[in-house]
Amino acid sequence: MENALDLLALSPPGWGGNLLRGLWSTFQTTLHSMENALEPLALSPPGWGGNLLRGLWSTFQIAAGAYALGLTLGLFGAFGKIYGGPVLRGTLAVYTTVIRAVPELVLILLLYYLGTDLLNIALTSMGFERIDISGLWAGIYVIGFVQGAYSTEVLRGAFQAVPFGQIEAARAIGMSAFKAHWRIILPAMVPFAIPGLANLWLIATKETALLAVVGFSELALETKQAAGATKSYFLFYCAAGALYLLLSLVSTGVFSLVERHFRRGQPQQS
Amino acid sequence: MDWSWLPEYLPRFGEGLWLTIQLLFWSILIGMSLAIPIGLVQVTGPRPLAWLARGFTTVIRGTPLLIQLWLIYYGVGSLFPSMPGIRDSFLWPYLREAFPYAVLAFSLSVAGYEGEIMRGAFRGVPKGELEAARAVGMTPFQVLRRVWLPRALQNTFPTLTGEFILTLKATPLAATITVFEVYGIGSIVRQETYKIYEPLLFVAAIYLCLTGVLVLGFRYLENRIPKQTRS
Repeated sequence: MENALDLLALSPPGWGGNLLRGLWSTFQTTLHSMENALEPLALSPPGWGGNLLRGLWSTFQIAAGAYALGLTLGLFGAFGKIYGGPVLRGTLAVYTTVIRAVPELVLILLLYYLGTDLLNIALTSMGFERIDISGLWAGIYVIGFVQGAYSTEVLRGAFQAVPFGQIEAARAIGMSAFKAHWRIILPAMVPFAIPGLANLWLIATKETALLAVVGFSELALETKQAAGATKSYFLFYCAAGALYLLLSLVSTGVFSLVERHFRRGQPQQS
Repeated sequence: MDWSWLPEYLPRFGEGLWLTIQLLFWSILIGMSLAIPIGLVQVTGPRPLAWLARGFTTVIRGTPLLIQLWLIYYGVGSLFPSMPGIRDSFLWPYLREAFPYAVLAFSLSVAGYEGEIMRGAFRGVPKGELEAARAVGMTPFQVLRRVWLPRALQNTFPTLTGEFILTLKATPLAATITVFEVYGIGSIVRQETYKIYEPLLFVAAIYLCLTGVLVLGFRYLENRIPKQTRS
């Protein structure tokens, strides 16, 4: 038995050393081939990783800008729906219904052409040159306009969730209508609005991918170009998916912190 | 506005509409059937399956549908031709078409979103009803089939309208992988007639009508289904 194990001794005449060396070189070649497989993702050219990260950054910029524009539109829309006359309310009802019923892809195309045409008509009539809107601003305006319809509904729901007694109390101690909104109603709306608004942010980040179909440069289009150039479709779409997932997981984390902050002092929900 | 192109292209819009409806129907059907086990294992376990289902819903809901669609069509689809023997198999005629990939991508998306809802629905069925079912001697499978699943499905019914509309609004993405449904036909018209607004407005009107039909149809169905009474 001992003789049999002697064959596995690490130094010659045993063969154990050879086995371990063999194992090590297998490990090295595996590692090397994995490195080769991931090479297209390298950050500097000829790798495309840098392009993907730049795409992620413009995705983030477009989403953030669109979200801010959507919130602004939503705030006006919500108060328009609550306090407006029949004409304003009717217009807003058409806006929120149509935007939420028609596919985003169709809306993005329509709004893009409509926006550039209207802007250029306005510019030429004032005697300026025609301009092309850059992808970033067009993306922000198009997605922001769509987001506005959804945030109108979220904010209107949040307004209606504020207990009426609080509004009455604010008026009763003599606050003007504006002050009552600024100091009481808006802060009281925030906790009710946050879950819906967090959801809207996630939708905005994912919706920017549709801009690739129109040809704006962001993560989805960069990925498509990289995948087409290298023919490693599977690798690049997985990588893009991972980046989007990272963005949404980090955002979810941030929003739960924000929600905890704004819910402080409120009774615990059961 | 010039609509003179419309009569010529109307039959193709009809074909596109039929393709859209097929996409919608199959995606919801397959997606809902996948959503039931995904929701169930997250409530009952076993643990590894629950984690798997949790991971699946997180990934599906955290990435854009367009990327999922392209990953499945270009990514997975490009792996098939290199597999030995697959060209001779009976699956090959289907694997060459784009339609099955679109249905697969949309179904997985529906399964991800609706699986999350099914999880809540399974958890929301009162414990007493399940205990009563077990007490009269039903096997676990009978409990599921006769009590748990019907009660959970009844609770998810209102969310189905939203799911149908969301999926309908996602179907234009299929045009990016050469499935020419309503939006795809609209793009063909735009390329062939050099008109921008008319085809887009026509397509938007079709989707608006489809959404309206879905909303009204489900409202009618919902009124016919006996409401759950909560005590």
